Amino acid sequence: MFRYTIRRLLQGIITVWFIATATFIAMHSVPGDPLIQNKAATAQIRKNLEIKYGLDKPVTQQYLIYMGNMLKGDFGISFTQQNRSVNDIIVKHFPVSATLGILAIVFAAIGGILWGALTALYRNRLPDVVIMFLVILGISVPSFVFAALGQLALVHLNALAGRTLLPVAGWGTVSHMIVPSLVLGLGTMAFLTRLMRSSMLEIVNADYVRTARAKGLPITRIFLKHELRNAILPVITVLGPAIAGITTGGFVVELVFAIPGLGRYFVQAVQQLDYTVIMGTTVFYGAFLVLMVIIVDLLYGFVDPRVRVE
Amino acid sequence: MSDVITDSGDSFTRSAGRQLALLALFGILAFIALAILLGWLSKLTSGGGSLSEAVDPLTGTITLAMASEPPQLDSTRATDQVSGFVLGHVMESLLRRGPGTKLLPGVAERWEIDEKGATFWLRPDARWSDGKPVTAHDFVFAWRKIVEPANASEYAFFLYPIKNGEAINRGELPVESLGARAVDDRTLAVDFERPTPYFEKLVVYATYGPVREDFYESCNGRYGADADAILYNGPFRISKWVHGAHLRFEKNPYYWDPDRIKLDVIDMPYVTNDANAVLNLYKDGKIATAPLSAETLNDALEHRWKINRFNDGSVFYTEFNHRPGRLTANVNLRRALALVSDPGELVYKVMKVPGNLPGVSLFPAWLPGVNGLFRQEYPPATVHVDVAEARRYLELAKQELGVETMPPLILLTGDDPLSNSQAEYFQNVFKRTLDIDVKIDKQIFKQRLAKMTAGQFDMVAAGWGPDYDDPLTFGDLFSSWNKNNRGAYSNPELDRYVRIAQSSLDPKARMDAFGAIQKIVQEDVVIIPSYERGLVYVRNPRLNGIVRRVVGADPDYTSAYIGGSR
Amino acid sequence: MAEVSLPSNAFEPVTVERRVQQLTRPSLSYWQDAWLRLKRNRRALASAYIIVALLAFTTLGPLLWRVDPASQDVDQVSQTPWAGRTATVVPPYSPWDTQADARTSDDSAKPLSLAIAAPANTQAVRLVWTADPQASGYLIYRNIMLPGPEHDLGLPLGEVVGSDQTRFEDRLDLDPMRYYYSVVPLDADGMELAPGPPLAVDVTRVITAELAVARGLVPQTRKLADGDAVRLALHPFGTDYLGRDLLARLMYGARVSLFIGIVAPFFFVLIGILYGSIAGFVGGRVDSVLMRFADFVIALPLLLFMILFKIAFGIGPGESGIVPLLVALVVLSWPGTARLVRGQILQIREEAYIAASRLLGAKTRYLILRHMIPNTLGVILVTLTFAVPSAIFTEAFLSFIGMGVAPPTPSWGSMCNDGVKTMLTHPHELIFPALFISITVLAFNLFGDGLRDALDARMRSRE
Repeated sequence: MFRYTIRRLLQGIITVWFIATATFIAMHSVPGDPLIQNKAATAQIRKNLEIKYGLDKPVTQQYLIYMGNMLKGDFGISFTQQNRSVNDIIVKHFPVSATLGILAIVFAAIGGILWGALTALYRNRLPDVVIMFLVILGISVPSFVFAALGQLALVHLNALAGRTLLPVAGWGTVSHMIVPSLVLGLGTMAFLTRLMRSSMLEIVNADYVRTARAKGLPITRIFLKHELRNAILPVITVLGPAIAGITTGGFVVELVFAIPGLGRYFVQAVQQLDYTVIMGTTVFYGAFLVLMVIIVDLLYGFVDPRVRVE
Repeated sequence: MSDVITDSGDSFTRSAGRQLALLALFGILAFIALAILLGWLSKLTSGGGSLSEAVDPLTGTITLAMASEPPQLDSTRATDQVSGFVLGHVMESLLRRGPGTKLLPGVAERWEIDEKGATFWLRPDARWSDGKPVTAHDFVFAWRKIVEPANASEYAFFLYPIKNGEAINRGELPVESLGARAVDDRTLAVDFERPTPYFEKLVVYATYGPVREDFYESCNGRYGADADAILYNGPFRISKWVHGAHLRFEKNPYYWDPDRIKLDVIDMPYVTNDANAVLNLYKDGKIATAPLSAETLNDALEHRWKINRFNDGSVFYTEFNHRPGRLTANVNLRRALALVSDPGELVYKVMKVPGNLPGVSLFPAWLPGVNGLFRQEYPPATVHVDVAEARRYLELAKQELGVETMPPLILLTGDDPLSNSQAEYFQNVFKRTLDIDVKIDKQIFKQRLAKMTAGQFDMVAAGWGPDYDDPLTFGDLFSSWNKNNRGAYSNPELDRYVRIAQSSLDPKARMDAFGAIQKIVQEDVVIIPSYERGLVYVRNPRLNGIVRRVVGADPDYTSAYIGGSR
Repeated sequence: MAEVSLPSNAFEPVTVERRVQQLTRPSLSYWQDAWLRLKRNRRALASAYIIVALLAFTTLGPLLWRVDPASQDVDQVSQTPWAGRTATVVPPYSPWDTQADARTSDDSAKPLSLAIAAPANTQAVRLVWTADPQASGYLIYRNIMLPGPEHDLGLPLGEVVGSDQTRFEDRLDLDPMRYYYSVVPLDADGMELAPGPPLAVDVTRVITAELAVARGLVPQTRKLADGDAVRLALHPFGTDYLGRDLLARLMYGARVSLFIGIVAPFFFVLIGILYGSIAGFVGGRVDSVLMRFADFVIALPLLLFMILFKIAFGIGPGESGIVPLLVALVVLSWPGTARLVRGQILQIREEAYIAASRLLGAKTRYLILRHMIPNTLGVILVTLTFAVPSAIFTEAFLSFIGMGVAPPTPSWGSMCNDGVKTMLTHPHELIFPALFISITVLAFNLFGDGLRDALDARMRSRE
């Protein structure tokens, strides 16, 4: 187990290096000029800027310098926010995105498992039909439409209540987090519900469940220990990739709800061709996702005794 | 097989349903607990959001939303509009802007400007937010910083009128040789590189603001990056700056003229450029002003809100590529295109925002002339859409270019929805009236600028915001040496008039020169004016005294107050 | 005992039937069986019909609904569905010649009493009012409702400078409806004084004869006189922000969205099959090297790289940007399928029936054609159907952050994004494209579900 973990981590490090290199290549093949400004700078001012950001050196040298700095954990200084380091941006804004993402994932997982179990239980009856209809709606509407509708619903809710029940946008308190994380988790929840339902239906027919029934085990025990627990396994497997999916929607929700997350910074940085921020966030996100997948794999080993050793 | 369970299972279902309900309860509780935990944790990294109302007369607080946060607030390097807005509230330069275009004493009590240089006498009660006085040394330090090559300040050219400014910026002279020195703590003497009669219009800018050396050095290169890494000398100071989320101004207790400032707190806990989100915040009573767009106008009308308009002084136009070999270097083609463009239709039917004015000239309507407004003293010729005439010009152009059919033209445009719809509109107009194919080249901001600079376009949707309130800020745009002349228009005649306008001290001669430039730009169809930008916004009726400015910090809340109607 | 008589024909020799046991069901191949099961799944079948209908919508639709999706009509912006209306023919717009038109409203009237100088129509509303000698200028407002006591005068249309300037022409986005105009005098400092009484103006919809002919609303031969009524073009789904027909744009937008949605998955699944099967067959070191590389690509954050690729490729003038989008999607998405196919092949290779087949002397080609491909095809088909919605979503998301296809090419995603902004005032601009995305995604999802159930060998044994 320990050796497996080490091996996975080593692989992860190589993967991160690969991501960094790919990002660097992509970044430097982008046409356009990161230093250009709306009001043209003189040649001198421009040269001063190039020297400051090391863009006057050959690309290979820039690559080596960048990799060296990255090993030291230094992503450089932002091009647009000229006296903020990319590390500072990540440290300040990633926790926001992560908070939103974790809440969304937890919401999606809880909701997905519960709804999924419920639909399997009431299969082909009214609750099943209603929930599955909602689920289908959840997976077929783009996230930005949900975000916009969610915010609109909040405005009307507050207007009806005559006071601010939940804030319309912004960040900082628990009440700011609830609706954005619900909106963000909705798609994933719908997906997990479907997965949970089919996995439950498969298990209901499994031999060990039949055995458990034949033994006359208490119903609650069968349901909790045999059915629910085993049906959750496939849900856990997809949690890793689901986190990646959450970052996607994260951009949209952060834009619409005025949340100072990293995703919004990334989109801004792309518009501004802010090399260092783009590189820093991409590498960081890549590393984060790699780590998440490893953690989920290890976690899976704990939950499912059958895959303990690979 | 599967039926067995449902048959025997009603009791099972019920029991399991109960279990699920219990689990759901636990799940919801866990979710809430986690939210509270994360909320507490996130308070450590980003200060708590505000839930206050838009306008609070008890605490003198107003709440606003920002479209984006300032990249940084080091006045020696700030170039963008948001930084300008913030610095305009928390910093004060030698002079400050009064109502209209009037300049009032700021840190300087009085000043003298002559051919050779200028002298500023600083007021004794001007103080930094730590209580120490603002001295002439602080200005000298800031100005040296701006021209210092290592600082790579983009507005360094702003200080080129000061003696040796340009040479220092080029690295040829040491920074100490800058023609600005502190005679004593309260006297600042400036030597000019060349006569600069408009110097007082320059020192009002935030770029010319002071920075205190000992504090700057103590920040280790982070000056301006955070609220505690700046010293303030303006009416307000920043009491909280959570990046990307929250900016809060509080009245600066050390400001020399405290009675002028009516608001105690300007809170900006929202940073978003999503128009719907901002309007939703306004509807929810969370912010005091919100911009409106064509899409939200009717919504605002139905809420019976009071709607305000303001022209921000910028001019937008279609700029041609005049480089030799380009199709658009042909004046008859440009004339043909200009004759079918109807700025009125663009503004009234496509953009649909009442603040915008149809473009008629390079020089916007607000610019001052000799006595009154420039455009009233030198009215531009009126152009009417004339498709038949345009087709004649097009035939001429085809002959001169030696082509049977006009090859497609490239229209470079930005990636925002507004410029997209304009590009689509022009594409349609040129196709419908002249049968010219237009290829839209949509690029993100920096790539568009790079393509503009490299001349990879035939037409580009461009615009210009004024740097100062003199026609020259627009007038020299198409001089052959101007780096912002990205269409590379070159006309010795126009250059000559620009030189007159730049150097002449006679107002009438200057305005005549601008009149001539306006005529050349129109007759030679250097650009096709599209519109003068207008903004439409709603404002909480209890908040009054907001000053909107064409140049300088906009909007200006330093003289805003709560009260008035209602 | 009674005698029992039996007729001789009561006895017959037993005929031995030589028929063997008859099969109760016809023999079905794997695909026939899957097809049968798919046909029985009503949801999947309906989805299949929907997919076919969508394809027909985008391919055949433009043949039936011959409206140019790029044709703009700025007089008919954001029309609601089925707004087929009539317009009156008027001469073309000409600027208001204020010198010639010396008309002002009655001088004897109270100051600031408004009147219209010409019949109000959607071209322009020309207002005149009596001067207020104290005013330094005037602000003109327009509202869609009668202003209330709180002076909610509506839109500030414009400002005129000078006390004697008492004319204003309104051309701003006029709809055929009733407007309420007010004029507010300004004092010397530009502050607003008390407004004059509002004037209600009913605007009529007009069109010029030239435009009516150019838009094909009337036959070329018909001479239009001013005052004639013309029926305007019908827009079953309404129009967008530039007055373009939404139905036509949806049809063309479907091309982009479905093209990306179907072609991109097709290519990356194809690459994935090749890559995965090579790795699976060859095995050994090649396999591990190939799979390591696939792992790297899988680890790239998809959306961040989509955006990066999008700007790195750059779109030239006049290009829609579909190809870069497609390439980026293919480049980033193939490893998933590759891993899946490799896994399948490794698994099948160990199956008993392969060993049996091999023992019976089957050649590799036969094994691949007869066993490997049919047995992996099911999984691949299912992946394909699920990849379609995610590709469509990716395109929509990129459009949302302004990185989608370039104008004027429509796509459902970009139409949705445009629609979100006008959600409150013109909901149809959001609802229709969003509905189409939803239906497509839904159809492919349900079809994928059905396909998976049908192709699942385990389901087969259950009947």
